[in-house]
Amino acid sequence: MPPSATAADSAAPVSPPSVAAIFLGFLTISLIAFGGVLPWARRMIVEQKGWLSGTEFTEMLALCQFLPGPNIVNLSVALGARFHGIPGAFAGFGGIMVMPMAIVMALGAVYERYGNLPALHGILAGLAPAAAGLVIATVVKIGLPVFRGGFHVGKLFAVVAFAAVALLHFPLPYVVVALAPFSVAAAWWRLR
Amino acid sequence: MKAGLPSLVLPFLALSMVAIGGANATVPEMHRLVTAAGWMSDDTFANLFAISTTAPGPNVLIVTLIGWHVSGLLGALLTTLAFCLPCSLLTFAVASVWDRFRAARWRIAVQAGLVPLTTGLIAASAYVIARAADDTAVAGLITLGTAALAFFTRINPLWALGAAALIGLAGVA
Repeated sequence: MPPSATAADSAAPVSPPSVAAIFLGFLTISLIAFGGVLPWARRMIVEQKGWLSGTEFTEMLALCQFLPGPNIVNLSVALGARFHGIPGAFAGFGGIMVMPMAIVMALGAVYERYGNLPALHGILAGLAPAAAGLVIATVVKIGLPVFRGGFHVGKLFAVVAFAAVALLHFPLPYVVVALAPFSVAAAWWRLR
Repeated sequence: MKAGLPSLVLPFLALSMVAIGGANATVPEMHRLVTAAGWMSDDTFANLFAISTTAPGPNVLIVTLIGWHVSGLLGALLTTLAFCLPCSLLTFAVASVWDRFRAARWRIAVQAGLVPLTTGLIAASAYVIARAADDTAVAGLITLGTAALAFFTRINPLWALGAAALIGLAGVA
């Protein structure tokens, strides 16, 4: 490998962040991250602070998307743990969660008290369908690669999961536990 | 309405480990849980989801709001912890050994195999939320318009939410 490529890959020699810096970093991300946290997380972690290289970030994100749970919460735990073990994990988790939770509970309290006021009722009647629209856009983005190309059994699993949960109202944990082994086995077979 | 904390919190412990593709994949189960228990109406669920989407931060906040609505501050804290703790422990445990498996075939198969399930589950979420939120034609149009904007353009979705809030405030949604 030419030296220049090596230098580019290990660009921004990482100075390990302190526990406090991890907490404050994720706190900042959580407060500016409207409409999706991940782009903001990458911007700060890779471009501004240089805690991870672009490749390292992508690999850590792949792990967090691979594991169950909210991706950004997993990411805050994984990044904190990488630099400072358990205290780091707590710092990342606390940083990403504490302010949004406080804000959303304040909004919840306003909703409980004033939700029946015509103005607030109207605003929510407009916001709720828009929130549904954002989820639809997410589905289409994730689903396009699954549904493009010729027939493969993955499409079937997507449709069965949808029908079982949305139409037949089966409990989601059972659906996942029942379908995941077969869906993974099918992917394994397809990869041969 | 106050509910027994265990019956509120325990289901979220289980949901944490099946949230493949994030919190949004588990929305139908949350909806099923809270409406079956009589903790909230369809309408309230759609509104809480809208609040959690509009607020800054991760979309796991819908869990916080459900806990808050059903059982106050303690409910909010415990449901959020229940939903985040199991998957966080798993992440903590796996993160240190992950590099070893990065290129392993079983890992690629697991990841590829879960994508269709995630797609189906989030589609179910969209279906459940849209059904709860879209009770008028205008609401349906807002949903379609927002979806189109978010899919076809790189405009910050906050603009769509703002416009939708104004339409709602005008009393036509």
